[in-house]
Amino acid sequence: MEWEFLLVQALSGLASASSLFVIASGLTIVFGVTRIVNFAHGSFYMLGAYVAVTVVPWLLEIERSPWLFFAGVLVSALVVGALGVVMEVLLLRRIYRVPELFQLLATFGVVLIVQDVVLLVWGPVDIPGPRAPGLRHGVEILGQRFPAYELFLIFVGPAVLGLLWLLMHRTRFGVLIRAATQDREMVGALGVNQAMLFTGTLFLGAALAGLGGALQIPRASANGQMDLSIITEAFVVTVIGGMGSVPGAFIAAVLIGLLQAFGVLVFPKITLVLVFLLMAAVLVVKPWGLLGRPEAVAGRAVLPEGILDPGRLDGAGKALAALALAGVLALPLLDAYAVKVGTEVLILALAAFSLNFLVGNGGIVSFGHAAYFGLGAYGAGLLVVRGGVPMEASLLAAPLAGGAFAALFGFFVVRLSGIYLAMLTLAFAQIAYAVVFQWVEVTGGDNGLVGVWPSRWAASREVYHYIVAAVTIAAIIFLRRVIHAPFGATLRAARDSAQRADAIGVDVRMHRWLGFTLAGAAAGLAGGLYAFSKGSIDPTLLGIPMSVDFLAMLLLGGIQSVLGPIAGAAAFHAVKDFFMPLTDHWRLFLGLSIIAMVLVFPRGLAGAWASLRRRPA
Amino acid sequence: MAEHVLEVTGLRAGYGPAEVLFGVELHLARGEVAALMGRNGAGKSTTLKAIMGLLPPRAGSIRFAGQEIAGAAAYRIARMGLGYVPEERRIFTDLTVAENLDVGRRAAPAGRAPWTPERLFQIFPNLAEMRHRRGGAMSGGEQQMLTIARTLMGNPEAVLLDEPSEGLAPVIVEQMAEAVLRMKAEGIAVLVSEQNLDFAAAVADRALILEKGSVRWQGSIATLEADEDVRRAYLTV
Repeated sequence: MEWEFLLVQALSGLASASSLFVIASGLTIVFGVTRIVNFAHGSFYMLGAYVAVTVVPWLLEIERSPWLFFAGVLVSALVVGALGVVMEVLLLRRIYRVPELFQLLATFGVVLIVQDVVLLVWGPVDIPGPRAPGLRHGVEILGQRFPAYELFLIFVGPAVLGLLWLLMHRTRFGVLIRAATQDREMVGALGVNQAMLFTGTLFLGAALAGLGGALQIPRASANGQMDLSIITEAFVVTVIGGMGSVPGAFIAAVLIGLLQAFGVLVFPKITLVLVFLLMAAVLVVKPWGLLGRPEAVAGRAVLPEGILDPGRLDGAGKALAALALAGVLALPLLDAYAVKVGTEVLILALAAFSLNFLVGNGGIVSFGHAAYFGLGAYGAGLLVVRGGVPMEASLLAAPLAGGAFAALFGFFVVRLSGIYLAMLTLAFAQIAYAVVFQWVEVTGGDNGLVGVWPSRWAASREVYHYIVAAVTIAAIIFLRRVIHAPFGATLRAARDSAQRADAIGVDVRMHRWLGFTLAGAAAGLAGGLYAFSKGSIDPTLLGIPMSVDFLAMLLLGGIQSVLGPIAGAAAFHAVKDFFMPLTDHWRLFLGLSIIAMVLVFPRGLAGAWASLRRRPA
Repeated sequence: MAEHVLEVTGLRAGYGPAEVLFGVELHLARGEVAALMGRNGAGKSTTLKAIMGLLPPRAGSIRFAGQEIAGAAAYRIARMGLGYVPEERRIFTDLTVAENLDVGRRAAPAGRAPWTPERLFQIFPNLAEMRHRRGGAMSGGEQQMLTIARTLMGNPEAVLLDEPSEGLAPVIVEQMAEAVLRMKAEGIAVLVSEQNLDFAAAVADRALILEKGSVRWQGSIATLEADEDVRRAYLTV
């Protein structure tokens, strides 16, 4: 390889880094001030691109000048900034004090809403953007042609970094942002209206995302998948750089841009794995990222969100459980459709239960639980399809696969806490998703694999239903037993205060790691059962939407309750199965429902049940 | 009671299920320095936080400059002219001294000379030399001076000062006392929470003693110094 070629490769890496930084800087600023990880940041990026492919060609009609092109890009950024203000005023302002899990879910609700709105406004077809007048040519660099627009992008990143530095150090608004990033309560006590500050911050953050999206239009068409594809990368950049740190985001973006540019030469298919290795390495050495600082927990006087007292089932609880069990057993008396839904509910209930084992019991807010569910499904499915192994043995492989990957990822995950932990679980899940998606020869890629059928004796829906019932109920009883056992209490102790648990001799990290692995194995088992119920496996089993579904089940069921997630899974799946065929705008409906739940129903079904019963008769 | 700049009645507050304040009653006259005393855990900091709106009061009334402020947002209370200096200092460590002061800056009420960094540097000469130093690179005493200076930048009429002498070297404590007296000379009322009787005696006219979340004793500092029984009952460990 000649060094001229390597130089061009480095330049294109820097161009990508530049774009990535513009987007990630907005995410990190918003997080710094509001402490909310804004999933919808990717949606703002997508909206920036869509607004730009609408506005810029219209401006270029007037005159094909580079100035009008960039004016269009800026207008797009400002429009998206205004949308950020709308989101702050309508939603974020109401959820600054709710637990971070719910904040993440609520902003994901916005992601779903924006996806459907984009579909409604711009249609399902990708929209190519115009190229920038004056920057359409190639520039000769050491005998290699390099697109002028890419060269221009390389300068955008440092320019934005410089402007942000000026804003942050030379204006009162910027100084207040930096102060609030450190201690927003104190800023309020000094007379600063946080609402205005937060609104301004959201404008800035969203405008940066919009700018990033608008700048992309000469490089790639605006499409409906841009939001989730960029958000993972932006998360990785902010986590590596240190959440809240703009210079950190710049360094991380450059590292990732170059790593991808050169990684693609060495391992063309697994650049994402390289990024993951970089992130893992950074987080092991510096758990709060390159330039980040630990989250200030001191002075926070909130009760932990989660299971406080596992308690025993009282009379009514026992009756309810017996009723549910009878329902499960009696389902085959109804039609085949009911059996299918019932089987799925059981499987999802196990997955949700295993997630609440982490979230409610352990305070480990995993945002990528679908990874272990999906890897369990692939573990079992690949053995059947590729290895010809029968169902019985393959099903054993499912929890092993889920547990093994949970142990691997968990090794890194349990070193962190709070929002960093959530981001890391999400990133690991996205990596697993990307590997499954890209490794076509083995996994079948996007299409997945078909032919994951149960053994002949278990082939009928009814028999399989009973198998699933036996396995899932046994697994749930086992996990419930663990929650009641000293191990479960230890996890709760570590959740409430890792420091204090540490001080009385608990190996917090080891306990959390074992808990993470156990939950991963349970999710893997659920995934294996799911694969055989569908007869096929595909990458959506590992995707973010699947993880969000699980979290929505917890939200619906209530994370304070041990058995609530089961009710949540049943309600969520039943509603989804009923409504989804009825509407084209399922995502809009789901997004609005998630937001409504966070705002008005934050303790879930189990919480409602508990307060109903506490009410004096 | 127009001469009272701050008047608290029946204030209850706490954290989660833990009740801390059980009906605190206190008042602060204009231009007066009062010491809020009591042992660790008596509820001194909680009282100041609840007055400032940093902890929502569960019951009771807080009147500041004649207006009810119980339940108002902290920033509104600050804008009405009530300053707050937290314990543990809480300066912005990433910001320079000048930037820290800038965050606290608010317009002065009409007819009063506003505090400026220059005027503050006369009271706290150490700060003048480190205008552009990052807050995190300052000593504990310098940080404590900065928190007071930062609050004064808001041109408050009254200041809630939480444990200003805690963990500081004696020489710095003396400077803190001077700063409080200087505030008093400027006509600013100060409610200072304090465990150290010597410090309280040096700055305050009057003492209030909190025990188990309510005010159990109040009187002049001189009386408190003379009355060993009260000191033994509420202050000594």
